[in-house]
Amino acid sequence: MDIFLNAIFSVAYLKGAGISVALATLCQVLAVILGFFLTLMRVSKNKILSAISGIYIWFFRAIPALLLLMIFWFSIPEIFPLFRQHWYSPFIAAMLGFAVLEAAYMAEILRAALISVDEGQPLAARALGMTPSQVMRKVTLPQLIRIAIPPTANEYIGMIKYTSLATVISLQELLTTAGNGVNKTFRYSEYYAAAGVYYLLMVSILMFVQSRIERKFAWISITSKESQKAKR
Amino acid sequence: MNLVEVHKLHKHYGSNHILKGVNLDVKMGDVKAILGPSGSGKSTLLRLIALLEPIDQGSIRVDGIVLARNEDGHRKRHHEKDLAILRRGIGMVFQKFNLFPHLNAIDNVALALTTVKKIDHRNALDRSAEMLKRVGLSDRMSFFPSELSGGQQQRVAIARALVLEPKLMLFDEPTSALDPELVREVLNVIEQLAADGMTMLIVTHEVGFARKIANEVVMFDEGEIVETGTPEEIFTNAQHPRTRKFLEHVL
Repeated sequence: MDIFLNAIFSVAYLKGAGISVALATLCQVLAVILGFFLTLMRVSKNKILSAISGIYIWFFRAIPALLLLMIFWFSIPEIFPLFRQHWYSPFIAAMLGFAVLEAAYMAEILRAALISVDEGQPLAARALGMTPSQVMRKVTLPQLIRIAIPPTANEYIGMIKYTSLATVISLQELLTTAGNGVNKTFRYSEYYAAAGVYYLLMVSILMFVQSRIERKFAWISITSKESQKAKR
Repeated sequence: MNLVEVHKLHKHYGSNHILKGVNLDVKMGDVKAILGPSGSGKSTLLRLIALLEPIDQGSIRVDGIVLARNEDGHRKRHHEKDLAILRRGIGMVFQKFNLFPHLNAIDNVALALTTVKKIDHRNALDRSAEMLKRVGLSDRMSFFPSELSGGQQQRVAIARALVLEPKLMLFDEPTSALDPELVREVLNVIEQLAADGMTMLIVTHEVGFARKIANEVVMFDEGEIVETGTPEEIFTNAQHPRTRKFLEHVL
């Protein structure tokens, strides 16, 4: 029990969890941005852009995350001298690897969200004289985001757990930290349980944040928000 | 002076020949009702006049600007950005309202003012409030579309189109998606607009309404205009058998 509690309140665990969250967040943000452009390419009338996006999505959905990590940490520096320099840390490698992988998944999620925005919406916006970029920013995007929030939150939660794979390229994230404790003492249960508690905690916080964001996208007036609260 | 001139207009969707050489002129102050069976191409015609879809053949002139595609395949290309500017002079109201669900009533109306006309937010809200008052919705300005009845939503949609001060209003079956008891409130708003002298094209199944406000009734069937005339002529003395058949069904 002491080992368990010591682990939970240790700086190393907190740091490991911090690295996991930071890595997952950066990956997810990059993946959403990259995935959005992949989606725009995928649905564009330009056949070449659409094909490039389609091939990208196909490729990165096929490659296992673990293999991709190995490629980014071991192969890429072998091929490109640029990545042999000091700045290319396990953290950067994991971030790039996970981001390009996740972008393929995000592209599919965002494409599904884009398709499910009612086609009357861009039509009405165009009828008002909005330019294509105004239609996207002011009308399509807010509705797309609302649809994409739950699956994106899912991906983000998955990403927090995916970061544990980076233990194979010796990134000092949460699971590596737990493994270090195990290696020193051979006490499996305590160290791994402590890691489990951290994962539970991190995901709980994320789910709370998700529910707050979803409430922001309820699109009802303040008065009816209050009356809904009263009903509860 | 003609505000709209439609000349030998053709439109296909795939192998479907939707519009087969439509000619239609609309003068300033005209209120034209377009009647006809479902799927006859009425809504497509409206969408083309609203410059929302490319035409296949023929020409549309709206307020002096010509969109054309000739039979010899010579096409005049129009950039979506240029079309966007032209569309500001045309207001369109849809069967399913198409209000923006993420914005409340007043922001629905104000959006085009702030984005398209670049009017500052406060000014836009003032003008939008004014417009909502005109359609009888002063007490619903902060309501979201999901909190409004169909009739209220359609009135917001009318206000949203009117706030840009269009020269021409297009109504695409504005009351077809409404519960019967909500139809009147929307028709009243449109009637008031007609009385104010707005130039309008209305696709509708409300025959009584068409008879009351239109100065010309256009009978549409299978992608063609089969007959035009004053409401008196069409409703009491229709010449074409297809018009008579249609009226038998709806009257």
